[in-house]
Amino acid sequence: MYKILKAEKLAEKIFLMDVEAPRVAKHCEPGQFIIVKMDEKGERIPLTICDYDRKAGTITIVFQIVGASTEKMSHLEAGDAFSDFVGPLGCPSELIHEDIEELKKQKIVFIAGGVGTAPVYPQVKWLHEHGVDVDVIVGAKNKDLILLEDEMKAVAGNLYITTDDGSYVRKGMGTDVLKDLYAQGKKYDKCIAIGPLIMMKFVCLLTKELGIPTVVSMNPIMVDGTGMCGACRLQVGDEIKFACVDGPEFDGHLVDFDQAMKRQQTYKTEEGRAMLAALEGDTHHGGCGNCN
Amino acid sequence: MDVMKKVPVREQAPDVRNKNFDEVCLGYNAEEAQEEATRCLNCKNARCVQGCPVSINIPEFIHNVKEGNFEEAYKVIGKSSALPAVCGRVCPQETQCEGQCIRGIKGEAVSIGKLERFVADWARENNVAPEMPTEKKGKKVAVIGSGPSGLTCAGDLAKMGYEVTIFEALHEPGGVLVYGIPEFRLPKKTVVASEVENVKKLGVKIETNVVIGKSMTIDQLLNEEGFDAVFIGSGAGLPRFMGIPGENANEVFSANEYLTRSNLMKAFREDYDTPIAKFKKVAVVGGGNVAMDAARTALRLGAEVHIVYRRSEEELPARAEEVHHAKEEGIIFDLLTNPTEVLTDEKGNVTGIKCVKMELGEPDASGRRKPVEIPGSEFVMDLDAVIMSLGTSPNPLISSTTKGLEINKRKCIVAEEENGQTSKEAVYAGGDAVTGAATVILAMGAGKAAAKGIDEYLSSK
Repeated sequence: MYKILKAEKLAEKIFLMDVEAPRVAKHCEPGQFIIVKMDEKGERIPLTICDYDRKAGTITIVFQIVGASTEKMSHLEAGDAFSDFVGPLGCPSELIHEDIEELKKQKIVFIAGGVGTAPVYPQVKWLHEHGVDVDVIVGAKNKDLILLEDEMKAVAGNLYITTDDGSYVRKGMGTDVLKDLYAQGKKYDKCIAIGPLIMMKFVCLLTKELGIPTVVSMNPIMVDGTGMCGACRLQVGDEIKFACVDGPEFDGHLVDFDQAMKRQQTYKTEEGRAMLAALEGDTHHGGCGNCN
Repeated sequence: MDVMKKVPVREQAPDVRNKNFDEVCLGYNAEEAQEEATRCLNCKNARCVQGCPVSINIPEFIHNVKEGNFEEAYKVIGKSSALPAVCGRVCPQETQCEGQCIRGIKGEAVSIGKLERFVADWARENNVAPEMPTEKKGKKVAVIGSGPSGLTCAGDLAKMGYEVTIFEALHEPGGVLVYGIPEFRLPKKTVVASEVENVKKLGVKIETNVVIGKSMTIDQLLNEEGFDAVFIGSGAGLPRFMGIPGENANEVFSANEYLTRSNLMKAFREDYDTPIAKFKKVAVVGGGNVAMDAARTALRLGAEVHIVYRRSEEELPARAEEVHHAKEEGIIFDLLTNPTEVLTDEKGNVTGIKCVKMELGEPDASGRRKPVEIPGSEFVMDLDAVIMSLGTSPNPLISSTTKGLEINKRKCIVAEEENGQTSKEAVYAGGDAVTGAATVILAMGAGKAAAKGIDEYLSSK
């Protein structure tokens, strides 16, 4: 069993947990993910590692309620435990393999959408700890859904926040911020975008136009997370890739987002979509895959 | 009784069992087993033993069954096999022990598999446990993977007195026995879980949720975690796809995904959270045992199921018994047929497959006649799901993270057949990780050979 040491509500339907998993904490790197299973009858849910403490042997995860399992998970409290917690899975972010001095010379921008802020955080933190300060654009539906603002401010070079409805800082999408920065004469050598598929798709369309190499972190349906089933397969350029072992990060300009969005709907019924939209209200980010 | 024929085994009726996930074959009772045992001629140089990859003393255990000494029979099997309740059920006996049986020349071979199964089931029901190790070697061995090869290797090493820990990537031990082979062929709670329990009773520790190659490397096991040797029994779990257009459509599954959802995650049960979609008409592409398992699972979930296979019935790689069961249950076989494209609607949902008819040409390198397309024979099969069962290959997760571990061009780990030794010191391997997808019993044989190899290596150190 894997004990939950901290359970905190970050925003409407968004939760953070610190979980005791010493083996995972000892070996994980930014960009990797875990799979959690609540109890005997539970399903296996992939979640990006948002932070880790090697000494304490803990992993931080952040999740959003998108269905029955995550809803059930949100009721767990500190002192409860998950029956299974496996990882680290996937490949670490490419950034950590690059030469630090080379990275320092580059201009890097992260674009985080909604709950995607959580997986962006450990990468920005890692870079900051290695002396590389990067720009971060955080976009959310509204003010209440801005996550980890203070934590991010502490490790980012420049932090730009935007809300879809203009309820905080400015109105617009992350892509609007990037466009404005370019209009002001900023240039970036690299972009890393993490968030809902539709958001990553539009970031990639823009960065292709602007000529910025872009990495995205994909979140397809997964079962085992170790490469044995292909549920998470994606078309990347001419190749079929398994996100769980080949990714989750890929060259965003090569990913077939339209296919990925279709595949995400596999287990969604019309009724389920309607229910999700009703349940999620303002936080409905198209997790149902029906928003294009 | 007719001594030329096997005592028939009781089975669920086809039109009943094709709607449930309970075991198809009900097995022998004591009376039936004893009667079948009288058919054994108790040969001096028994050919059946040579046909068994782990050389169980078959005449001796069958003699004990005949006499009603079931506990003694269990001990005889236990000397050679760690998973008799499993092997009695899933071994392809017709090409192994039973294929060699003298009785089989004029009539039907002795039903060795069903007798082994009876003995193992009887031992479980009567709480007969395997014998405990007495010696302590004071050395630690790590076993990667808890499938048939890992369980066998771990059990044998524990019996020799080693301290063994199995590392398993999934949340439940058993490998293909829990995620691949369905409940209706191999019950999970009664049969697999209790065989795993028997291995634990020997003192073997099992750590689930550890992915070697990600959570830890082999070098770390040897250098940081204090293991004296490692056995890799990680199997061949990487699914193959055809590479045809439309294959990434929503309702195209690998057999591994489909079976993992159903078997490991119990998606066929309403009280479990993992979903599995229910379909009206499904094609399973491929002709092996995995294809039969996937087809019979889809059938039980309410679909009309077609096996689409590019060769003819004669070349079907699946066991004869499985093909027979599948047909009895109502699976439709579309032989000499090959899919060329998956067709979808605008939402990306499967509407059918485009197929071409095949004929058999000259034998290829494997000796099987090569299927050749018949020009102009294209047709469309309307479907709402496709399950790809084209075979699997070893997952590169371990080989790519272990320095000095040699692999061949099929990504299989190179290891000596007689003792499992790899190109890296203190590292042994066996089962599908070495051979590519094969059988449960061959994996067990390899696990056994490696345990002996590891013992020899550590004894000489």
